[in-house]
Amino acid sequence: MQFLWFHLMPYKELPEDFKEKHPSVWVDIHSSLFDPKRAHHMYNEFLDELEFAAACGFDAICCNEHHSNGYGLMPSPNLIASALARRTTNTAICVLGNSLALYNPPTRVAEEFAMIDCISGGRLIAGFPVGTPMDTTFAYGSNPSLLRERYYEAHDLVLRAWKEKDTFAFNGRFNQQRYVNIWPRPVQQPHPPIWIPGAGSVETWRWAAEMDYVFCYLSYYGYKMAQNVMQGFWEEMARLGKDRNPYRAGFAQVVGVAETRQQALDLYTGPAEYFYGRCLHVDPRFAAPPGYVTEATQRAGIESQVRMAAEGKAAGGPATNASSATKMQSLARDMQNIVANGYVIVGSPDDVAEQLHELATTLNVGQLMLLMQFGNLSSELTKFNTRLFAEKVMPKLKGLFSEWENRWWPRPMESRQRAALPAFLPQAAAP
Amino acid sequence: MNEPDTSTIDINGFPTRVWRLGSGPTIGFLAGYGGLPKWIPFLDRLAETRTVIVPSLPGFPGGDRGHTVLDSHLDWLLAARDLIDKAGLAGGDLIGSSVGGSFAAELAAIWPDKVKRLALIAPFGLFDAREPAADPWAQKQEDIAALMTRAPEIYKALKQMPSGANSIEWPIEQTRAAEAAARIFWPLGNTRLERRLPLIKAPTLILWGAEDRLLPASYADSMARAIGGRAKVELIAAAGHLAELDKPDEVAAAILRFMP
Repeated sequence: MQFLWFHLMPYKELPEDFKEKHPSVWVDIHSSLFDPKRAHHMYNEFLDELEFAAACGFDAICCNEHHSNGYGLMPSPNLIASALARRTTNTAICVLGNSLALYNPPTRVAEEFAMIDCISGGRLIAGFPVGTPMDTTFAYGSNPSLLRERYYEAHDLVLRAWKEKDTFAFNGRFNQQRYVNIWPRPVQQPHPPIWIPGAGSVETWRWAAEMDYVFCYLSYYGYKMAQNVMQGFWEEMARLGKDRNPYRAGFAQVVGVAETRQQALDLYTGPAEYFYGRCLHVDPRFAAPPGYVTEATQRAGIESQVRMAAEGKAAGGPATNASSATKMQSLARDMQNIVANGYVIVGSPDDVAEQLHELATTLNVGQLMLLMQFGNLSSELTKFNTRLFAEKVMPKLKGLFSEWENRWWPRPMESRQRAALPAFLPQAAAP
Repeated sequence: MNEPDTSTIDINGFPTRVWRLGSGPTIGFLAGYGGLPKWIPFLDRLAETRTVIVPSLPGFPGGDRGHTVLDSHLDWLLAARDLIDKAGLAGGDLIGSSVGGSFAAELAAIWPDKVKRLALIAPFGLFDAREPAADPWAQKQEDIAALMTRAPEIYKALKQMPSGANSIEWPIEQTRAAEAAARIFWPLGNTRLERRLPLIKAPTLILWGAEDRLLPASYADSMARAIGGRAKVELIAAAGHLAELDKPDEVAAAILRFMP
């Protein structure tokens, strides 16, 4: 089992009445809520927390890309990843990832990821999300009808830029470049491991499998809600003749661990309610720009709703449509529901280990992404949560799936070949 | 309500529906946002004195997945030209509403021989930051109808699945129409049409629903000023963006008065 410590970098001081007074945390969130001088401290604390997680022994630290977003202050995850590359030594750095279609030319992604791979000595995991509708089509104005095709083409361009030894011309449908020749080149050859974050899109599963990439389901709604999607994923793998290697799949989970279950509830209720109440308050009009969800996925969704209705159950299936996200949000009003529905896993180290064991085995997921700073959780508590997890939960689960090979993990340079950390550490140099 | 004849033409390899009804000189109609999943009363009014020909735009109901091969504005315009040629509309009178209005204007501008007289109903293609158009793609599903017609139930009825329709494909087809419009007009509806308007020499009637909540009715005057030939503006009272749905009689009468 691999443990990846994932930071969303939320703005931690959204007002109490945010949900009542503001239509959306994303796309048109008002600038008056953002105080750059407070953000200075938030960014620095967030970086501390990621570095702390690395020091505690997590296998990887993760960041991701969002735009115009009050719960994700990383329009450029590569800036964060490069800072982390300088301040950590052995931990993998997972950028989950760069929304390929938003880069013009996409060659930029090949370059920046190669830079991070060089600076870190080959520790990069390269994530390629299509990107949410809020980020891509609304905040960045990308055409929803062309987004996926642009994404696939950008992927092909980035891969060729990494692999080809000679300067080449790229004659694409959307991108044309006479001279593609990136400097620097990635340490990991032919390229860093590629992970694809996604939701319930059948095409994405199939494509990730064909390309032999990791598929990561980034849901904020816990493993109980994820069972339909992950079951669909593994059924698709079986149809494609792929093995059930759990390292093919990643899953994100909010986790709060404390000495006892009661202490965990006392410590984490406020931040969890902040996260589900304020951070995930997205105006539903930004959920479904036409064309973003492919027709095959729409069809699968409608068929599943029809089938569930016929069987008298609540509709599940691919969770890409607005209504299901809205439904889940409405279930997340208070901590009791948040815990009962399994959105967050909180408890004593034993409780948490047990639930994560169940998560990992029912979803068959070997790459576990842990959201251990969530909502307005303080830096102090985030470190408490992180350390306790590393000391008391991780050892209980570490051996899980040891019979499988993780073929999707970075292959860094040997540590004796890598640059040493400088002696003049910043804190030592400070007056 | 009369039943139109339906035929199929090939546009870029996609089977494309053409409706035809009535007799007399031809008059074409390119439909607006959401397209025409059903025949509408407005077309009956026109068919009383004219041969009405209604080809579907790529990706709109009846237009299959034709939008999927159109990447650039030029691709779209060439498809629209192919459409009016194959539908037998070249050289005749042409009406376009909303999304279809933008195509009708482009055709008249770039290929003047294709369009004798032109009627535009609140066409897409312009954006004025001082008076921004609403965003049809950032809406809750239940709010779209009120953006399209003054009486939301009219648009809802047009989009309502009829009994016997395929319950899976029908909603997908309606989403596809919104996607096709997005494919060409995302994100602002601005194709810089104003640069081609001076090329329009055909007599042009510009109609606008006085209560258009999607595209401000003030766009009508700036459009009329930019058009190269004679252009006349008429507001349709008590009508929204798709005025031909809200006020079929009034819109048809205004058009037939202008191009008898």
